[in-house]
Amino acid sequence: MTEKQATRDAYGKALAALGQENKQIVVLDADLSKSTKTADFQKVCPERFFNAGIAEQNMLGVAAGLAASGKRPVVSSFAVFATGRAFEQIRNSIAYPKLSVIIAATHAGVTVGEDGGSHQAIEDIAIMRALPNMTVLVPADGPQTRAALKAALEHDGPVYLRLGRLAVPTVYGEEEPLTIGKGKILKEGKDVAIISCGLMTSVAIEAAELLAAEGISATVCDMASVKPIDRQLVYSLAAGCGCVVTAEEHNIIGGLGGAVAEVLGECCPVPLERVGLNDVFGQSGKPQELLDEYGLTAENIAAKAKKAISRK
Amino acid sequence: MAECKRENLTATEVAAKALEMRRMIIEMLTEAGSGHPGGSLSAADIMAALFFHEMNVDAAQPKMAERDRFVLCKGHAAPALYSVLALKGFFPKEDVFTLRKLGSHLQGHPDMKKLPGVDVSTGSLGQGLSMASGMALGGKMDDAPYRVYAVLGDGELEEGQVWEAAMFAAHYKLDNLCAFVDNNGLQIDGNIDCVLSPNPIADKWRAFGWHVIEIDGHDIQEIFMALDQARTVKGQPTMIVAHTVKGKGVSFMENQAGWHGAAPKPDEKDRALAELV
Ligand SMILES: Cc1ncc(C[n+]2csc(CCOP(=O)(O)OP(=O)(O)O)c2C)c(N)n1
Ligand SMILES: [Mg+2]
Repeated sequence: MTEKQATRDAYGKALAALGQENKQIVVLDADLSKSTKTADFQKVCPERFFNAGIAEQNMLGVAAGLAASGKRPVVSSFAVFATGRAFEQIRNSIAYPKLSVIIAATHAGVTVGEDGGSHQAIEDIAIMRALPNMTVLVPADGPQTRAALKAALEHDGPVYLRLGRLAVPTVYGEEEPLTIGKGKILKEGKDVAIISCGLMTSVAIEAAELLAAEGISATVCDMASVKPIDRQLVYSLAAGCGCVVTAEEHNIIGGLGGAVAEVLGECCPVPLERVGLNDVFGQSGKPQELLDEYGLTAENIAAKAKKAISRK
Repeated sequence: MAECKRENLTATEVAAKALEMRRMIIEMLTEAGSGHPGGSLSAADIMAALFFHEMNVDAAQPKMAERDRFVLCKGHAAPALYSVLALKGFFPKEDVFTLRKLGSHLQGHPDMKKLPGVDVSTGSLGQGLSMASGMALGGKMDDAPYRVYAVLGDGELEEGQVWEAAMFAAHYKLDNLCAFVDNNGLQIDGNIDCVLSPNPIADKWRAFGWHVIEIDGHDIQEIFMALDQARTVKGQPTMIVAHTVKGKGVSFMENQAGWHGAAPKPDEKDRALAELV
């Protein structure tokens, strides 16, 4: 875990590479191509890149039309605008008819930083997850972002790919294939299971190390496929460890924590603690300051793990 | 009779305020290390004219019922708004150095819950003119004397919601609404004509039923004349299409898309301030 890369950077590079191989890929952006990194694709495939301007609703509708005519549209903007402004276009023009549009949204979560709460999506996983037919992928690092984009391109149906602005530690030394609907065990333990996604996965690994120093053995499970969630794995982790902690850079309502709570409630009710934003909007600040401010830290995950264990 | 706190400064005095605003914009952005200089500098003259000549606002009573309202639709130009509010005395001037820092009331984009003088929170492009229309409609329903002013970006005009608001405001004859387009010709990915042209801008607003005035957005006298004219228009909202220069006043920032969202470094700040005299 030495190298650092923002998932948006990995996305731009992977999109440019895959775009040269697959001529069906068409990329749309809404006046943010340098920030979302679709400019990397534009450089190598200018004839298949279209700037939709600052008009996200139309952009998602155009993507639906492209998908309906056999193209593989990949659209990018900041997560707030891609999922929020264009929500109903996604619902009725993309998810309802199950069109294969990839919504690759960057600048998710509070690590957007200084732009502040208006620009920090903390509800996007929840609203995308609530749509039938939608797949939600939240990669932990650069290599997994490439794998997620490949999986999304092979998938039949819409995919929401959630990406970040901040450079994050690499968790996967090498790119491992990502299977939609499957979680990955990164570390095995018996006292508590930490289930995470996105940049919180590397933080969860750190938390497991903190716990190990106190003689507590934790499983770390990367659930990049937030939807469909790996129910079987969540069940077996809960049954095996007896308690669960979730960690995500998102509201604790409706995201990964919500998804895990649904599975546990139905199949295996064990103590659950959720690390995430406590139903508040973000604010301006440096990314690391904001992670600290909202308890998105290894220390807080470890504290929540101990609390979950004590509730067994 | 409504309480009147209009400052009504002269064009020369307003120009001096705009210069001070530009200096503050450069200084606060350098301290913040991120933010949007280009669109803040292009809107400085318009906002100086509004706050120091036209609008009935009072820093001592930021919630004064009959105050004129202001909506910064292009919320990323927050430094322009913060500089004018600080100069008006809505908060201590030195607070501008907390811009974008953890816990500051000067958020990256204007937050009405945190900062006195901010009438609505903005930052997501395309939403401001609808809120301004709602304020204008509310004022009409109450027979309130206030007017509502708004500033939009020209790239922002690409948002469909802007045109929904355009229809609404004209349909309901919101003649207490006066908006500006800061027509600086640039957005993030380049020239507005290359990205997704909103042109011809003035013709579009006319077709949507607005009273349209075209001016040089850096000529204070022209801004005053347009505002005077807008106040006499009955039965129609007014759109002032202000031809501006993105980055106005700092030679190396002028007309450069790259200065949309990059903060000056300390040496660039010094060079900019040397020009802003
Ligand atoms: C809905 C929405 N989409 C995208 C953005 C990101 N964004 C911030 S500023 C900007 C360009 C704005 O261009 P323009 O309106 O011309 O502003 P100006 O040139 O005056 O700075 C974009 C795309 C946003 N803030 N809101
Ligand atoms: Mg512009």
